[in-house]
Amino acid sequence: MMNEGIAPNHLMIAPILVPLVAGAIMLFYNDRNRQTKLVMGLVAVGLTFLASVELMAGVKSAGEQAGTVVGLYRLGDWPVPIGIVLVLDRLSAMMVMLTALLAAPSLIYAAAGWHGKGQHYHSMFQFLLAGVNGAFLTGDLFNLFVFFEVMLAASYGLMLHGSGPERIKAGLHYIAVNLAASLFFLIGVALVYGTTGTLNMADIGRALHWLDDAERMLFHAAAAFLGLAFLIKAAAWPLCFWLPPTYGAASPPAAAIMAIMTKVGIYVILRLSLLVLGPDAGPSAGFGAPALMIGGVLTMGFGMIGILGTPELTRKGGYLAIISSGTVLAAVGFAQAGGGPGMLGGALYYMIGSTAAISAFFLIAEPVSRGDGGNDDAPAEDVADPLSERWAPMGLDTVEDMTAPASTRTVSWLTMAMCFALVAAMIAGLPPMPGFIGKFAILQGAVQDNLHASGALPVILWIYAAMLILSGLGALIALMRFGIRRFWAEEGPTPRILALEVIPVVLLLAMIALQTVRADVLLNYTRATAVALLEPGIYRNAVLAGAQDVRAAPAQNSAPDPTAADDADQIEEGGE
Amino acid sequence: MELILALAIGVLCGSGVWLILRPRSYQVIVGLCLLAYGVNLFIFAMGRLYIGAAPIMPKGGFVDPTAYADPLPQSLVLTAIVISFATTALFLVVMIAARGVAGTDHVDGRERKP
Repeated sequence: MMNEGIAPNHLMIAPILVPLVAGAIMLFYNDRNRQTKLVMGLVAVGLTFLASVELMAGVKSAGEQAGTVVGLYRLGDWPVPIGIVLVLDRLSAMMVMLTALLAAPSLIYAAAGWHGKGQHYHSMFQFLLAGVNGAFLTGDLFNLFVFFEVMLAASYGLMLHGSGPERIKAGLHYIAVNLAASLFFLIGVALVYGTTGTLNMADIGRALHWLDDAERMLFHAAAAFLGLAFLIKAAAWPLCFWLPPTYGAASPPAAAIMAIMTKVGIYVILRLSLLVLGPDAGPSAGFGAPALMIGGVLTMGFGMIGILGTPELTRKGGYLAIISSGTVLAAVGFAQAGGGPGMLGGALYYMIGSTAAISAFFLIAEPVSRGDGGNDDAPAEDVADPLSERWAPMGLDTVEDMTAPASTRTVSWLTMAMCFALVAAMIAGLPPMPGFIGKFAILQGAVQDNLHASGALPVILWIYAAMLILSGLGALIALMRFGIRRFWAEEGPTPRILALEVIPVVLLLAMIALQTVRADVLLNYTRATAVALLEPGIYRNAVLAGAQDVRAAPAQNSAPDPTAADDADQIEEGGE
Repeated sequence: MELILALAIGVLCGSGVWLILRPRSYQVIVGLCLLAYGVNLFIFAMGRLYIGAAPIMPKGGFVDPTAYADPLPQSLVLTAIVISFATTALFLVVMIAARGVAGTDHVDGRERKP
């Protein structure tokens, strides 16, 4: 084995193990010790963040090809195409760090009373983080499925946290949709295994070259099934109907961390479409790219109409998540079709900022619309009044400290208004917010790379650019209209806002501000990420270094006998 | 055997999809179960069909590949069964809760008036 010499980097498994262990330990404590569990959860998130900083420092290195070092961790230490691996590159390091950064504010917000509205909030939260980080780090398809299910199972619990008819109704749809999507995922995995004989993502790309026409057709069917499953999770139109009611009904801290879950779907599409079906995939190159481009643009359009059409603020958040998904998905489609790294780099930068902003939006939506008994059919359960929470149907009326916040300090309504305005500006993409910088970088990359290549911009790119600007405008109009009505035109006493409900939003806003101030550093990072993603050879070589191709070469390809002998040796080696 | 397996997968998946699209939550859960069975059989079939071959390596060495069933799809199916079983059980709990809250087993929680 060539990579025997490299000492295994055990830190790579920390983002999965730390939340998993923390969540498991929490189960041993009585659920009444919520403050203890909160502290444990924050410590676990902090450790995960430190690990992600260290991991990110590890993948960045100026000397290497495209400035990327791909880390490999062999679970169980079996040779690569046989054993299962964790793979760390720039993209996964970035996503792991983003998860940790979004988790901390969400946990702090839960301390304002939400973690007392049901059982085992903190454990489910940690399991969700373990699933998300696992999905980002895993190097093979079936473990991706397992981590997806870990994440989804935890998210079902978090989604239903707090109970109440609205949540149960939305949860029923959410679970049914995701179970069906998981079955699509399994069909796709089975077809991939049946055609390529491997589930290692890097190895699939290599195996693709050996496929004959019939097998390639089956492989395309597999890619379509997988794409369908991930597009449901990434909430692309028309598969996004479940998202606004679900996220609108979920408790704010749960919705805030679930903002990263749509990005998990996008991450997988990004990873697989560029690694397996990227520009160098021979006859399969660019498979699905038109679907991503057109689907992404339609998703943005749907999100824009939705955000203008719905009066309820939490549902607006769901449509914002849809717009953000559409923007990144279309950019992935363009990159897959050869649109160049500039655009993808901008889209990744936009994704970080918009995910943080959507997370902040969900946290802010509930306090802002609190006591807003006006025109909308707002959440049926009144948050301030524990009596209106209906526990009886779930048999959960044993829950004791319903709304006891960790601290009772309050802040003024004006602070809330300022936060709302800043989050709205970020989401609408007003300068100097990262939303603006990201969209600008996308457009700049699109124009530069495409003019270089062909001298003219394709029509779909014009439509995308128009939609990029229009969706921002739509979000701006919708949020301004709401803000003016809520903050200026509203009469009567203002609701009581806990400081604990504003601190997380301020943290997220600080993150967004930092993203603006250090935009050059972050954009350089995401651009290098895009360059590395568009050269799947880097990832593939790093994962498969020293691994023999165990497949029998097809007849027309003169199969060298020594390889076959090596293969048998290797399998025996692995079997011992 | 191939024909029977293919028919079984087709019938299970077809009935499952039809049931999922029904408006009653009980039918939806039965549909999801049937669909899961169909998909599990499909994964199993994707590892090729062998008759009388064990997926276990005998003591002491590598076996003739023709007398050796692929163990990977079997382990995948096993994992998939466990996961789909657990999530279906969870769905059942939510379904019962929804039935308790809404007083009806309609998936939207309310019947459409005729």
